[in-house]
Amino acid sequence: MPTSPARYSRSIDWITVLIYLLMVGVGWLSVYAASYSPDAPENPFSHLSFQELMAFNWFKQILWIGTAVVLIVVLLVIDYKAYDTFAFVLYGAMILLLIVTPFIARPIAGSRSWLELGPVRLQPAEFAKFITALAVSRYMAGINLRQQNFRDQLVLAGLTLLPPLLIIAANETGQALVFGAFLLAYFREGMSPLILLILAAAGVVLILSLLVPKLWLVGAFTVLLGLVFAFNTRIFRHHLVLALSVWAVVVGMVFGVDFFFNNVLQAHQRKRIEVLINPSADPLGVGWNVTQSKIAIGSGGFAGKGFLQGTQTKFDFVPEQSTDFIFCTVGEEWGWVGTMVVIILFMVLLGRILYVAERQKSVFGRTYGYCVASIIFFHFCVNIGMTIGLAPVVGIPLPFFSYGGSSLWSFTTLLFILLAIDAYRKQDLERY
Amino acid sequence: MQYLEGRKYVVHAIFLAVALLFAARLFYIQVLDGSYKLAADRNTLQRIVQAPYRGLIYDRKGQILVQNTPVYDLMVVPREVKKLDTARFCQLLQLPLEEVREGMKAARAYSRVKASPLVQNLSTPELAAIQDNLIDFPGFSIKARMARSYNTKNMAHALGYVGAITPAFLEKPKFSKYMAGEFLGITGLESFYEPQLMGRRGVQYRMVNVRGIEKGAFRGGEFDTLSIAGQDLHLSIDSDLQAYAEQLMAGKRGSVVALDPKTGEILAFVSAPMFDPATLSGKGMGNRYMDLLNNPERPLFNRPLMATYPPGSTFKLVNELVALQMGVVTPQTGFACNWKLVRCTHRHEYPSNVGIAIKNSCNPYFYQVMRAAVLRGRSANRFEDARLGLGEWRRKVMQFGLGEKLGVDLSQEKRGLIPSPDFYDKRNGYHRWNYRTVYSLSIGQGEIGITGLQMANIMATIANRGWYYTPHFVKGIGQGGPLPQYTVRHTVGVDPIHFDEIIPGMQSVVDGRGGTGGNASLLDVGISVAGKTGTVQNPHGDDHATFAAFAPAEDPKIAIAVFIENAGFGGSSAAPLSALLIEKYLRGNIAPWRRRWEGWLPGPAERFVKHH
Repeated sequence: MPTSPARYSRSIDWITVLIYLLMVGVGWLSVYAASYSPDAPENPFSHLSFQELMAFNWFKQILWIGTAVVLIVVLLVIDYKAYDTFAFVLYGAMILLLIVTPFIARPIAGSRSWLELGPVRLQPAEFAKFITALAVSRYMAGINLRQQNFRDQLVLAGLTLLPPLLIIAANETGQALVFGAFLLAYFREGMSPLILLILAAAGVVLILSLLVPKLWLVGAFTVLLGLVFAFNTRIFRHHLVLALSVWAVVVGMVFGVDFFFNNVLQAHQRKRIEVLINPSADPLGVGWNVTQSKIAIGSGGFAGKGFLQGTQTKFDFVPEQSTDFIFCTVGEEWGWVGTMVVIILFMVLLGRILYVAERQKSVFGRTYGYCVASIIFFHFCVNIGMTIGLAPVVGIPLPFFSYGGSSLWSFTTLLFILLAIDAYRKQDLERY
Repeated sequence: MQYLEGRKYVVHAIFLAVALLFAARLFYIQVLDGSYKLAADRNTLQRIVQAPYRGLIYDRKGQILVQNTPVYDLMVVPREVKKLDTARFCQLLQLPLEEVREGMKAARAYSRVKASPLVQNLSTPELAAIQDNLIDFPGFSIKARMARSYNTKNMAHALGYVGAITPAFLEKPKFSKYMAGEFLGITGLESFYEPQLMGRRGVQYRMVNVRGIEKGAFRGGEFDTLSIAGQDLHLSIDSDLQAYAEQLMAGKRGSVVALDPKTGEILAFVSAPMFDPATLSGKGMGNRYMDLLNNPERPLFNRPLMATYPPGSTFKLVNELVALQMGVVTPQTGFACNWKLVRCTHRHEYPSNVGIAIKNSCNPYFYQVMRAAVLRGRSANRFEDARLGLGEWRRKVMQFGLGEKLGVDLSQEKRGLIPSPDFYDKRNGYHRWNYRTVYSLSIGQGEIGITGLQMANIMATIANRGWYYTPHFVKGIGQGGPLPQYTVRHTVGVDPIHFDEIIPGMQSVVDGRGGTGGNASLLDVGISVAGKTGTVQNPHGDDHATFAAFAPAEDPKIAIAVFIENAGFGGSSAAPLSALLIEKYLRGNIAPWRRRWEGWLPGPAERFVKHH
């Protein structure tokens, strides 16, 4: 059932589009500042050929943004039902692509995860995020997570875990961790909060066991558990077995950390966690990234050094400054005011996505909305966290800000599929 | 299913919690913690220090003594060195292969992208030889720098030398502003007047990238400063007199200090043996320094300031002046030349007044003068009497600038020693000594020690009849005068009238019949010299000869003190040497009949040292 373009455009959530444009705009300014060199000519366009301009990240980013706009138009024009209908097909195709990628890709920075199509480099793992989001949302629409159907839960877990396992196989652990974000969406759809709590508790225990001597930790936990039961003898009688098994699991985890740390994690991953705890552990290696990143952000002060005045980024002290460490440029040149603007932009966007998700009438739309918010939130947490020394160095970009076609296109697709679904929401009602 | 909608608040809460955590953390590292700003400046700001042009040094007559000439360092940037033809390179520089290899290794260890010196202190001809061919060796460049050069071969001890700052210096707070590799005055006037000579460094702040490569001026050069040249020093040294004094002291050990008594300006300052000041500059300076250091004649020892001798008979003048001022003797007081008290120098007429006593340098006379000054019956206990007396006597003697640093503008000065009652208490025990223990002081022997500079200053004080300006080398800094402490007149607490009573005695030492200093007489050219000979008993070998004088006696223009080590009686070597210098300074040339002395003056090298 065709709709007039005017009516259709009215049903698009322009607020999200506005926030998106703001973020991409600020992001481009940051990429420009990060790749700006004081030696460059005043007006590059009048001096340099296209080939020469292509050497600048900020120029390529203009091309990526331009193509992203084309992409948006295409995404909004495609019938929203296609996303629903082809979700599994896309998922299957993506799985195949993830499987073949390591065999056909050239190794870049230690991982075989980039496909080269002429001048354009694409990372299939980036696109795995929105395709998986579509697939799990599609699957979720057909089941009821609350009903504790073990088979459904297993399939859902399989759908969620298969892509990250393939991505880990291609040595892109950072991108794989993103899939953990789906738990937030599942939680909204009825997953037991216990799972979130247990994971959170496990995280706390892991971090504590790296920071605090193990015997102290076990001792303190034992005393705490003992006190809880000593003051509540009824619970003590009923849940003794549970308490003991929790105790055993925690103690096991505390002592298992070393095993996990030394035998499961790879050397560079271990380094990144060591550096998080003690930044001076490896000052010229991984510690360099964290230290220089903090110096760049910290030296920005309250109001920053001003646009293009950031010395740390301009003179290449910060590594990966236009991609993973783009937040440093913001922090250095715009100060605390600038970093707050970025954080607020993200909060407004995430809030708006949740609002849009909640107004969906279909489980598919809502789940997908939550997936979008969770994925963006995960990137926001880990990327900014790593630049300010709160998270280990994980090579994932800051959505809409970081330089790069793959990441910009994948986040654009992720977001605008939601807007497309949302735009047809009213027609959904009209149809039934 | 509706109740699940509440879970959106949990998700919201998680999002907000993380955002707040980030906001707080960012506020801490960006606003509260200043250390990141400092770290950022350390990363990117490079101070480039421009060495100022060091002040020049002129003599009394405006003749330039020390100046700056460019020397060249061959610098290398290891990264830019491409396919080095080592054999040709070594041939060009005339350096052994190992040295070039070592140098390259050190340069690489320092930095691959920053320039470091491979060969230092190339002179202009050496530079000319290699400069044209240097184009074939990428990565090598020439850096010009200023170094000291000398227009004189004299007064190395006063001038001192300039060298690269040592790690030990860098640790001292006084040198906190210096950086490794900078040059500064190490000794002598170069060191004492370092702040004036140094000038002000120019500082340019350059921004560098992560590889240390320059990326332009910081904030358009807002904080950059230009270097300001150091101030010139105008010495009171008379180059001609100095050169003549060094010529006369050649082959001897000892010191000569000549002052202008009216101003305290030092006219000549010799520490023998001497060396050429250029020895301690330029290529190979380190080796030459070690040679000087290991020389058994100890040429680096600054004798006029650091060698303390018992002054010998010259000190009798101070002894007499102190006694006159205390009123315990008068000029007409006569004492017997009693050899039972102390041996006299020779048989002579009865010293019926101070003039005759000075002329004959009568030891028993001055023994009794000092005894009168020290033993005044202040205490019934004769030990205590000597103790109290010596204390008072010492305080008066020290007024002449003895037993403490005069404060000349060189840092190596020694205090000398005027022994105190405590000194003897410690050595002999409390109340275990009396005047018989300390009487040697009266004739300038025993424990007493004074420097050549102090001796010259005594002469200046007598010439001025009771006051002196602190001796100094620099009469003008830049366009201004000397340092303020050299314009303060010090009085020694003895009335002028007492000086008038001893000066005729000093004149007769030189010009009187049978005076001990007859060899210093310049009456034949119309100059009356007032002086005093001295022979310093030396337990280690031959006695040292001293002579101290000023002239002309009626209007003194020069005061001089000469010590010649191991040269025996002062009258035969130190006195004629002084006369030559006085004549040279006052007349500008030497009377022909006295020229023969120039080659004849005895010194240890010819006559005495060989015996030991």
